[in-house]
Amino acid sequence: MRLRDNYRQAVKKFQPKPSYVANSLKAFFIGGGLSVVAEVLRAQFRVNLPSLAAEQAVLLLFIGAAVVLTAIGVYDEFSQFAGAGSTMLITWFANSLTSAALEHRSEGVVSGIAGHMFKVGGAALVYGIVAAYLFGLVYFMR
Amino acid sequence: MEYWSAFFVGGFICGVAQLFMDYKFSQMQVVIGLVLAGVVLGALGVYDWLVDIAGMGALLPMSGFGYWLIKGVIATTEQNVIEAGANVFRLVGVEIVAMIVLSFFTALICKPKG
Repeated sequence: MRLRDNYRQAVKKFQPKPSYVANSLKAFFIGGGLSVVAEVLRAQFRVNLPSLAAEQAVLLLFIGAAVVLTAIGVYDEFSQFAGAGSTMLITWFANSLTSAALEHRSEGVVSGIAGHMFKVGGAALVYGIVAAYLFGLVYFMR
Repeated sequence: MEYWSAFFVGGFICGVAQLFMDYKFSQMQVVIGLVLAGVVLGALGVYDWLVDIAGMGALLPMSGFGYWLIKGVIATTEQNVIEAGANVFRLVGVEIVAMIVLSFFTALICKPKG
């Protein structure tokens, strides 16, 4: 532990200081812009569909877009530019599944694609499901 | 009006998450924290109010994913403890299945770039 702290302090002098405000503003505008696009799409779907189905349709569109962008290799650059503006959205989940599956494609269909698909995105799924199940049980038991 | 609130809520979540990422935490920790926040706020009923205001601005971030996980369990007409596990996937199942199927066929067809 002592060694690790020493290392951190020694390295800190040479690391570039992250520009908090600029990064945060960039994430704010990109995340907000994508939210507005989603809201516009929902208003379009809402004409023919009930409320829940319209929301799901919008999320499906975003997932499809993220998968396609990952497949053609554009998503990485966009994600690096946007920071949290893209990684905190549902598109992060789609991107993590697709990129993990693509990365291990050469190891075969079963142990490569299927086995490694949830390598990154599984963590969010595990914590979400465990918390939701526990809270649901508490909700019914109270 | 609802577009502005969607813009500000969605942007606020992303901006605060970016601050956390720059400050100390890794990206994975921030995403997990966001999902957990969605589950907790959804269980307390705060997130319902946020979705009423902001619409997709609250559903598009990963906290909306956590909110739908807990909402599938809670907001059922039949209050059944046994089916709580099945109801976890009642709302998010659409997204998860779509992601798995799409990424499977993408990985079959495409080659990794970069």
